[in-house]
Amino acid sequence: MIEVCRVGDLPPGEAVRVDTVDPPIAVFRTEDGDFYAVDDTCTHQDASLADGWLEGCTVECPLHASCFDLRTGQPSGPPATKPIRTYPVVVEDGVIRVAYSEVAC
Amino acid sequence: MRTAAVIGASLAGLSTARALRQQGFDGRLVIVGDEPHRPYDRPPLSKEFLAGKSSDIGLRTPDDEALDFDWRLGARALSLNPHDRSIELSNGQTLRCDGVVIATGARARWLPGTEGVNGVHVLRTLDDAIRLRAELVPGVKLVVVGAGFIGAEVASTARYLGADVTVIEAEPLPLLRQLGPELGAVCAGLHGDHGVRLITNAQVKRILGANRVRSVELADGRQIPAEVVVVGIGAAPNFEWLAGSGLQLDNGVVTDAACATGLPEVVAVGDVAASYSVHLHDRHRAEHWTNALEQPVTAAATLLGDPRPHLSAPYFWSDQYGVRIQFTGHRREGDTVRVIEGDTDRRSFLAVYERGDVLVGVLGMNQPKLFSRWRRQLARPVLAP
Ligand SMILES: Cc1cc2nc3c(=O)[nH]c(=O)nc-3n(C[C@H](O)[C@H](O)[C@H](O)COP(=O)(O)OP(=O)(O)OC[C@H]3O[C@@H](n4cnc5c(N)ncnc54)[C@H](O)[C@@H]3O)c2cc1C
Ligand code: FES
Repeated sequence: MIEVCRVGDLPPGEAVRVDTVDPPIAVFRTEDGDFYAVDDTCTHQDASLADGWLEGCTVECPLHASCFDLRTGQPSGPPATKPIRTYPVVVEDGVIRVAYSEVAC
Repeated sequence: MRTAAVIGASLAGLSTARALRQQGFDGRLVIVGDEPHRPYDRPPLSKEFLAGKSSDIGLRTPDDEALDFDWRLGARALSLNPHDRSIELSNGQTLRCDGVVIATGARARWLPGTEGVNGVHVLRTLDDAIRLRAELVPGVKLVVVGAGFIGAEVASTARYLGADVTVIEAEPLPLLRQLGPELGAVCAGLHGDHGVRLITNAQVKRILGANRVRSVELADGRQIPAEVVVVGIGAAPNFEWLAGSGLQLDNGVVTDAACATGLPEVVAVGDVAASYSVHLHDRHRAEHWTNALEQPVTAAATLLGDPRPHLSAPYFWSDQYGVRIQFTGHRREGDTVRVIEGDTDRRSFLAVYERGDVLVGVLGMNQPKLFSRWRRQLARPVLAP
C-alpha cells in the first residue's frame, strides 16, 4: 500500500500524481466523490494523465485527447489503443492509499 | 458504394479507412500508399525517433486486421479520372472505385537548387529521419534553415545529441505569423537557453561545397560553416496527381467544411485538404496531426451520405528543449496576447489571444493541465463570420 494524501487535500474533480513509484500513478477524485488510481503515463505517448481533463469517471489525455475509463482503464477512441492499468484505492481514517503492485488488476 | 479507395497511407488515410468501417461501410476498401513502409507516425521523426529514444512509430494496430483493408503499398496514384472515378497506379494497375478519399498529405519544400547535395536534408519521411539521424553525431556543425516547428524541434534534438547548432530564420522572430511577436520572442529565447545560435532577418542565398555542403551563404554575404544542413521551410501539398481531375486545387484540394470536394463521392482529408474552417470562416490547409486524426470521421460520414461540418478548433503541440508547447485556435495580425498564468521567463505559462474581447487562441508552455481546461472554451466556433 502506498499512502497518497489526506482526503481533504484532493478536492472533487481533481487528480494527484504519485511519482514515488515507477511508473508513476495518478489518483483521481471524481465530482461524485469516487476515487480511482491508474497508471499516470498515457499508453499512447508521453503525457501525464493527472494533467488531463476529468469528466465523470473518464479522463481525457492532455496531449492527444484519448479518453480512458478510470474504472476499467480502457481507451474509448484513438490514438491510444492499449488500456492503462488500474489499482484499488482504499480510503481509511481520512487517508487515501493505493494498493500498488507490479501485477496490477 | 461498393468499392472505396483511400489514396495516401498515413495518418489521415488510415484514420479515414478505420472510420469508414466504424461507420458501417462493408464494401471493398483499398489503401494505396507510395511509401514502401507501413503507415507510421511523423511527429516522433523530429523528436524521440530522431533522438534515438524510440523507434516504435507504427500506426497500425492489431485491431486493424479485422477491418479487411486491401493494402497497395509502394504504389503511387498517377491520376484520377473524374468520369468513372478510376485511378491509375504506378504499378500499372487501374483501380475502379465508387468512392475516393484523397489523403496524399504534403512534402517538405527544398531550398531551390539544394536537393541532392550531400549533407543537405529535409525531414518529412521515415527515410529522411534515418538518413539525418546517421549524421547527427556529437560535435557536428548543423545549420537549420527555418525556425518553424520542425526546424526548432530538429535543433532541439540535435542539441540533445551534442551537435553544434545554428538556426537561420528569414523573419525577425521565429513563428511570428503563427504566434505573434510576444510569444515568438519567447520561442527565440528557447534556442538561446540551450546554446543554439539563432540568426534572424537572414535570407539564405546558397549552399556552398563541392561534393558535400561546407557552408551556408546568407544574402548579406555571411558564411555559416556547416557539415549538415536541415531545410525546414514548410511543406507543399501533394496534389499534382490530381491535375486534370476537375477538382479545384488551390494550395490543397479544396473542400467544404465536411471534406466534400466538387466531385461527388470524392473527399479530401489531412495535410492535402484546403477545407473550409468554421473557426476561421475561411479556407485553411491545416498541417497538424490532430486534424489528420479527426477530420477523417467527418470525411467518412460525408462519403457515406451524412455530411456535417467538422467543428474541432485547430490544435497542435510541439516539444522543444524539454518544453511542451500547446496551441489551439487561430491568431491573426492585430489580435492581442495576454499571459494569464505563470512566467514566460521560466518557460511555464499560459497565454490567451483575444480579438477585441473574444478569446480566439490559447497557448501553453509546460502547462498541460491549465491548457486542457482553456482548450474547452475554444471547442466550438466563437466568432460570427
Ligand atoms: C517531422 C515532423 C514532425 C511533426 N510534428 C508534429 C507535432 O509535433 N504536432 C503536430 O500537430 N503535427 C506534427 N507534424 C504534422 C503531422 O505529422 C501531419 O499533420 C500529418 O502527418 C498529416 O497526415 P496526412 O496523412 O494528412 O499526410 P502525410 O502524413 O503527409 O501522408 C501522406 C501520405 O501519402 C503519400 N502519397 C503522396 N502522394 C501520393 C500518391 N500520389 N499516391 C500514393 N501515395 C501518395 C505520402 O508519401 C504519405 O505517405 C509533424 C510532421 C513532421 C514531418
Ligand atoms: S499521449 Fe495520450 S493520447 Fe497521445
